[in-house]
Amino acid sequence: MITRRHLLEAAGAGAAAAATGMRFATVARAESAASRLTPGVPAGVASYVQMGRLPGKRPLIQLADRPPNYETPIEYLRTPITPNDAFFVRYHLSDIPEVKAETYRLAVGGEGANSALELSLEDLKKMPAVEVVAVNQCSGNRRGLSKPHVAGVEWGYGAMGCARWKGARLKDILDKVGLKKEAIEIAFNGADGPAVDKTPDFIKSIPVWKAMDENTIVAYEMNGEPLPHFNGFPARVIVPGWTGTYWMKHVISINALTRPQGGFWMNPAYRIPVGKFPIRDRFITQENATSTPITEMVVNSLITSHRDGDKVKVGKVVVSGLAWDGGYGIRSVDVSTDGGRSWTAAILGPDLGRFAFRPWHFEFTARRGRNTLTVNATNKIGQTQTSELIFNPAGYHNNVMQSITLTA
Amino acid sequence: MRAIVLAVIAATLAANAARADEQAIKLKPGPGLDKVEANCQACHTLAYIPMNSPFLNAAGWDAEVTKMIKAYGAPIDDADAQAIKAYLAAHYGG
Repeated sequence: MITRRHLLEAAGAGAAAAATGMRFATVARAESAASRLTPGVPAGVASYVQMGRLPGKRPLIQLADRPPNYETPIEYLRTPITPNDAFFVRYHLSDIPEVKAETYRLAVGGEGANSALELSLEDLKKMPAVEVVAVNQCSGNRRGLSKPHVAGVEWGYGAMGCARWKGARLKDILDKVGLKKEAIEIAFNGADGPAVDKTPDFIKSIPVWKAMDENTIVAYEMNGEPLPHFNGFPARVIVPGWTGTYWMKHVISINALTRPQGGFWMNPAYRIPVGKFPIRDRFITQENATSTPITEMVVNSLITSHRDGDKVKVGKVVVSGLAWDGGYGIRSVDVSTDGGRSWTAAILGPDLGRFAFRPWHFEFTARRGRNTLTVNATNKIGQTQTSELIFNPAGYHNNVMQSITLTA
Repeated sequence: MRAIVLAVIAATLAANAARADEQAIKLKPGPGLDKVEANCQACHTLAYIPMNSPFLNAAGWDAEVTKMIKAYGAPIDDADAQAIKAYLAAHYGG
């Protein structure tokens, strides 16, 4: 017969075993996360980082749990489409409500619109549906690699992903209310909010011309499924080619403006110095003498088959990865195995559209010792990556050519 | 009875598993740590402190704390702000 004492002892032993197990598990998760950090991020990150699991997600690199900022390890960036449950998560504000599909309403209007209306999720789904495969990359992706380091979320390579987004065209939504000729910007607000009232709500705007682009949509599906909660359920704005700051999650209002959107998140946040980057898309109504809002992504590439320092066998080795840009499409990816003296074209994989990740692979013969590879992508208007960092105080647009050393 | 034992163990495991994903950030001990814990955690995890170290110097941490108050509206009084800046510069400064 099992007595109460036996029960308690058994439970105690179980708890102790569980606690020991958890300690091992926690250590393992910390080691696992540290080994996945991008070389060059601030040393302090490794002191606390672990793999963390949000509901509905696989374990990701947990840079911060409140607000949630989780980076995708490169293992999940080996395909041109990133799985929903491995897609990175980035929030500015800590109050993130669970929006219910049944009660969701999107308010459309503003002083730059002729009328106002509310759309339910069903209303959105009844509109003509379009699909676009597009990279969603945080403006601050690779901020952790800035030299010198700059303050912020210290992302390595993985604050990005690519998905097939399905939704209604923003243009079609705006046509329902009608834009006045004075309208200059379209502003978005999401359901998430700050922990204290005085923190500015996260509100972002884009120029009318970008809002009316046929590729700009309000998406309710991601890779054939409803959006994961932490990627903006039930609907988010998709601004193909532009950095993630404009891709408003849980979007609940869309307002046409006749004056520039103000607020911290438009200025001073998310700005780049005027004239420093080869940017084509300008956001004129927000531009001033020294700074302008970040717009399209710069051309970039990443090796995802190997990490710097990996061991390989002497002989044929296939290295592969992804390339992307701000929507012109990738023309070529070139690899150098001699420190940039000569370059060989990598073989490009399937083309899922000009806004998508373009996979590539490259075969080379590894010699005994150290083999260093450098990658450089070129887009269809001839823009290439940089060999030196273009420093800016927020750590944006880091497209320095990546080099890794493989030891055979 | 065995079912109860298993249930207790399962519950313990579940509780640990739930806790394990939350960040338990142990900052370095020192004067001002109490002010950091009392103020900064209201809006965000303390992970942002080691994350942004050790490269921020005293001026850098000063600017960050000032940004939290001026730009993000953190309700931190002057005395606490000074204590927080001093703590961060001393323990997480580069």
